[in-house]
Amino acid sequence: MLTIHDLHVSIQGRPILQGIDLAVKPGEVHAIMGPNGSGKSTLAQVLAGRSGYEVTRGEVTYLDHDLLALAPEERARAGLFLAFQYPLEIPGVANVQLLRTALNAVRRARGQEEMDAFDFLEYVKDKLALLEMDDALLYRAVNEGFSGGEKKRNEILQMAVLEPRLAILDETDSGLDIDALRVVAHGVNVLKGADQAIVLVTHYQRLLDHVVPDYVHVLSEGRIVCSGDRDLALELEEKGYAWLNDEAAHTEPHP
Amino acid sequence: MGNDDLRKQLAEQYRWGFVTDIEQDTAPLGLSEDIVRLISAKKGEPEFMLEWRLRAYRHWLTLKEPGWSTVRHAPIDYQGIHYYAAPRGSAGPKSLAEVDPQLLATYEKLGIPLAEREALAGVAVDAVFDSVSVATTFKDKLEKLGIVFCSFSEAVHKHPDLVRQYLGSVVPHTDNFFASLNSAVFSDGSFVYVPKGVRCPMELSTYFRINARNSGQFERTLIVADEGAYVSYLEGCTAPMRDENQLHAAVVELVALKDARIKYSTVQNWYPGDAEGRGGIYNFVTKRGECRGERAHISWTQVETGSAITWKYPSCVLTGDGSVGEFYSVALTNNRQQADTGTKMIHVGRDTRSTIVSKGISAGRGSNAYRGLVKVLKGADNARNHSQCDSLLMGPDCAAHTFPTIEVKNPSARVEHEASTSRIGEDQLFYLRSRGLSEEDAVGLIVNGFCKEVFNELPMEFAVEAQKLLAVSLEGAVG
Repeated sequence: MLTIHDLHVSIQGRPILQGIDLAVKPGEVHAIMGPNGSGKSTLAQVLAGRSGYEVTRGEVTYLDHDLLALAPEERARAGLFLAFQYPLEIPGVANVQLLRTALNAVRRARGQEEMDAFDFLEYVKDKLALLEMDDALLYRAVNEGFSGGEKKRNEILQMAVLEPRLAILDETDSGLDIDALRVVAHGVNVLKGADQAIVLVTHYQRLLDHVVPDYVHVLSEGRIVCSGDRDLALELEEKGYAWLNDEAAHTEPHP
Repeated sequence: MGNDDLRKQLAEQYRWGFVTDIEQDTAPLGLSEDIVRLISAKKGEPEFMLEWRLRAYRHWLTLKEPGWSTVRHAPIDYQGIHYYAAPRGSAGPKSLAEVDPQLLATYEKLGIPLAEREALAGVAVDAVFDSVSVATTFKDKLEKLGIVFCSFSEAVHKHPDLVRQYLGSVVPHTDNFFASLNSAVFSDGSFVYVPKGVRCPMELSTYFRINARNSGQFERTLIVADEGAYVSYLEGCTAPMRDENQLHAAVVELVALKDARIKYSTVQNWYPGDAEGRGGIYNFVTKRGECRGERAHISWTQVETGSAITWKYPSCVLTGDGSVGEFYSVALTNNRQQADTGTKMIHVGRDTRSTIVSKGISAGRGSNAYRGLVKVLKGADNARNHSQCDSLLMGPDCAAHTFPTIEVKNPSARVEHEASTSRIGEDQLFYLRSRGLSEEDAVGLIVNGFCKEVFNELPMEFAVEAQKLLAVSLEGAVG
């Protein structure tokens, strides 16, 4: 589904990602962990198509697309979703309006009919119930005046509505209390299926108690220095990232 | 950003730029007393009208074009304009069947519901093609309620006493340079009178359209709501593409008597000129309403997306005790458009209230100024005003200015002013695009969110039209 090969990315000439290789198949859950500044968020943003990043080498294939050649909206319409670490506020625009506009943009791209306001309301209320969220959320302006936890939940609601093929969650768990964490995890588990894949970008392993990853990758200084199963996450939790850097120094061949 | 689609949209020309080929009955170029007399004679006006026009003309000669606004333009040659142009044989069609088919086709292209459609839409249309009203519908129904809704010329003939009583009573012929010019040469417009206690059951609507080459358009609208009456009036405009700048100097007067309410909504989409600002309409308008009786209520709602230059300050004079004035405005400038707009709220009576919500959007090299005056006179005990002026900037080359003036002569008054300036951020756009929205749709959503408080004041169909208009006007503004 997603194949990243030798991806190098710079911001204003400063290299951030320095040769990422990653393969994600349908049905898989991958966790990408790593210390602050290791390039986790950059990877997520580059995959979603944010401008300002310079890909200096490598390629990314998503389904049959050359992902890096697509505009952000084309990626979204092809089923890629990024849950933002810092969701943006759109004053005056009701949540329900954005959700329906987005869903219909995706549906058009899929060759499906647009959903009218009535059908959509039913559709979205099912999603809210699934995520144990309040209907009132629909009529508030997008993320305006939302608490940190509400913003993250709102990202999960958007994900549930858009039903992406590949969902990338960028530190969606950070700053969440345990209840919100449970809701977020529930949303992810509901989405998860044989055709869907999920990439969790996270600093801590606690989300992984709720969403069990098939693979855990550790990112350090723009490279994946270590991959394993969920035990790796537990080991990291115990020993800290510093241990990993020492380890990496011994195992990674320098170019 | 800046893909091929965007470039295509950038290059897209004004959609409604076409010229209807209809023979014109046109006055010679220039302005003089003879031309004023000619206009009055052409319209078969009574003596009082001619005298009023001549007084206005003589006063206009003593005035200079105002220079205090932020708008800049090449000098206007007032002698290079045709002050009268009427479609040929316009003695006045009695029904749609008598209307020139080509004229109807033009309205068709503009999407104006002139045939049966307006019955479904519940809108009575007094369509102005250049200077002469060609079709008025729903008149019979309105007449049964005693409501007068007709062209200004017709009102002069059929209701001379009403015209005489109210014309110039809010905007006198000496008011300002453009208003005096209008008073001297206005060709036609709309007249509405709603009698005591009558609630007008439908939105009254007029579509203005400038068509004749080089003919300035001088419309005059007068709306009178008698005691306890209610009327909602919609004004919407599109204009065909032109090479030379066209002057438009309209005057709108509203009179609301005791307990009456007038709601006046405008969606203005005149040709803004090309990307360099060539060929757009110059729109110098004087709009003013007076709450002449107790508890009268006037609200102006405007969505201004067109014209090369917009100079316009729909105002309220709150004379009656407990009267209310409101101004809700969205003004958008793109490319080289200039807008200097705002309002004046003059509190004269006691317990008068006013609300101002102004949303300015600047894109490209557009310049947008809010200019407002809140004046509380000595006798206006407990006057209240709340003003909110927000500016949204798109791109690095546009400008927004706010010039609020507050004059309070009564210590019990409470006047509040809030202002904000924001910019559409790359981050917001990326966020929305990552949800599947095109860049244009993302901009549209953000802008519509910004304007929501104003759109809420528009009648439903107008609100939808306004949203579309903003989207069209902003095409290619980002990238």
